[in-house]
Amino acid sequence: MFVEIGKTGANIDLELTGEWRALQIAQIDSALAAIELPAGSALRIGTQRLTALDLTGAWALREFVRRARGGGREVSFSGAPPDLLRLLDEMQASAEAAPAAAAAPPAVPEHSAVLWTIGRHAVRAVADLLDGLSFLGRTSATFLRSLTSLKRLRPIAVARHVYDTGLTAVPIVALIGFLISVIIAYMSAQQLRGLGADIYVVDLVAIGVLRELGVLLTSIIVAGRSGSAYAAELGSMKLNEEVDALTATGVDPFEVLVVPRLLGLTIALPLLTIIADLVGLAGGALLCRYLLDMPLTQFVGRVNYAISPSTFWVGLVKAPVFAMLIGLCGCYRGMLVRDSARELGRLVTVAVVQAIFFVILADALFAVLFMEMDI
Amino acid sequence: MYPLLQVQGLVNRFGSQLVHDGLDMQVVADEVFGIVGGSGAGKSVLLRTILGLQRPQAGVVRIDGSDITRLTAAQLRGVKARYGVSFQQGALYSALTVLQNVQLPMIEHLQLAPAERDELALVKIRLVGLPADAARKYPAQLSGGMVKRVALARALSLDPPLLFLDEPTSGLDPVSAAAFDELVLYLRQHLRLTIVMITHDLDTIFRTCNRVGVIVDRRMESDTLEGIVANPNPWIQAYFHGARARARQGAVHGA
Repeated sequence: MFVEIGKTGANIDLELTGEWRALQIAQIDSALAAIELPAGSALRIGTQRLTALDLTGAWALREFVRRARGGGREVSFSGAPPDLLRLLDEMQASAEAAPAAAAAPPAVPEHSAVLWTIGRHAVRAVADLLDGLSFLGRTSATFLRSLTSLKRLRPIAVARHVYDTGLTAVPIVALIGFLISVIIAYMSAQQLRGLGADIYVVDLVAIGVLRELGVLLTSIIVAGRSGSAYAAELGSMKLNEEVDALTATGVDPFEVLVVPRLLGLTIALPLLTIIADLVGLAGGALLCRYLLDMPLTQFVGRVNYAISPSTFWVGLVKAPVFAMLIGLCGCYRGMLVRDSARELGRLVTVAVVQAIFFVILADALFAVLFMEMDI
Repeated sequence: MYPLLQVQGLVNRFGSQLVHDGLDMQVVADEVFGIVGGSGAGKSVLLRTILGLQRPQAGVVRIDGSDITRLTAAQLRGVKARYGVSFQQGALYSALTVLQNVQLPMIEHLQLAPAERDELALVKIRLVGLPADAARKYPAQLSGGMVKRVALARALSLDPPLLFLDEPTSGLDPVSAAAFDELVLYLRQHLRLTIVMITHDLDTIFRTCNRVGVIVDRRMESDTLEGIVANPNPWIQAYFHGARARARQGAVHGA
């Protein structure tokens, strides 16, 4: 296949046959590699029986001829050599005539590679922090400026984002709210039953859901849903030059893209938290009824006794703060996207991870703050 | 004349909207076939159907003899190695360098050592007239004309006998567009390519195409360049003899 070998004296006659196409390149390469070339022999290559030769095939032939010539052998073609060989030669010649490409950046000496990496990351982290702060500053300034008129607050866009991040999230948030109360009720019932303190299950469910878990898990769900959506939307708009188009039209992208998203989320997340709280309490009541045989009236009475007037508000007040953190992470990372689809994926991931991290960090700070305030 | 691409009785419908209704088209080996049509006439749908990206409601699409509307995914893969496509916006993989973009089809379809692949990809990059230092760049760092050339190099990666170009000169300045036309002719001559191109550029049509197919009324009128210019269909007349085309008229009748 591909090459027939004949010998006349010290001369080797190669007759190329068949289709020398890119798709057969592996077989062609192995056929050429199998040809024995004694030193001092002369090669004659015939191409009359080739049925097809494409550029990849010609390239393989040219490499073979170059190898043979490099060993001091004489190579000739019976008949004219294929045109494509000449094309390759011409291209090679013009490439060599062109000025050499700029050298690659100097490699980092190995002994300082660790230092170099640490330094690079440090510089990048500081730059990232500064960029994030300037993003926050620009967003705040834009928000304050757009407070001057209702039109510049973009009520329609805000409503759309309340719908997208709020209303469509109600089923999953309600389900999560119910499941949290299931977890707390089962865990605590198991522990407290042995002490005969069943009634405290109600305290744990009510306080746990209202103060902490309702808002925290709702925020984490929303960070996964909407934080990623914000980053992906803005990122693909950046890639598609839509953000540049807005700027060029004299429209501030922060005013029409970033602020409405932040406002929408800040409105939606507290509402979602209330739903999670309600479903959590309802789930708690249901479980106490069937798990502990506690009548509904007793559950309601115990909840009233267990919580203070501030318990619900302590949880709810955190929601707008978490919303701002999630929205800022999503929008900031989205606006950083440039050049490639891979960058988009990376920054969406960063947005979600950071949003969840900041939500939990803020929750921890709130916990300390509320303890100091004795709430 | 061997028909490398044959479309017969093609019907494409989206809901109640009929895009193609019994469209016929034939491209023989070694010609440059231009597809022309108004915006929304279904040029892109036609190309997507030919490439096997969507299945038509009815009709036959034969590439090199095999009907791609009836092939299994595995058989289609073999056909796809026999044509190259350059998309309108380039569709370069933004996360890969130019060299990696050109190599990607080779990695999928050919068994080559990495060093050989690098060499071959560089040959293709040089072939489309790009400097060797472009190989290390990412698509975002390229100009519009370079993107089109890289897309062409990637389409040529497997040395296909059939090449599809979707608006190869759109978005290029007239000088770059003319240079691209010359490149297409150069490649066709040296690599014996059959080329199917969608284009709106009258200069490109007159410079490169042997035959032209115009999509009118959901069917295709195809003819030689001289024949299509003389076609009495009002849309074709408006296309080739409208205000924009008038400047070209001397060249047509001179040809």
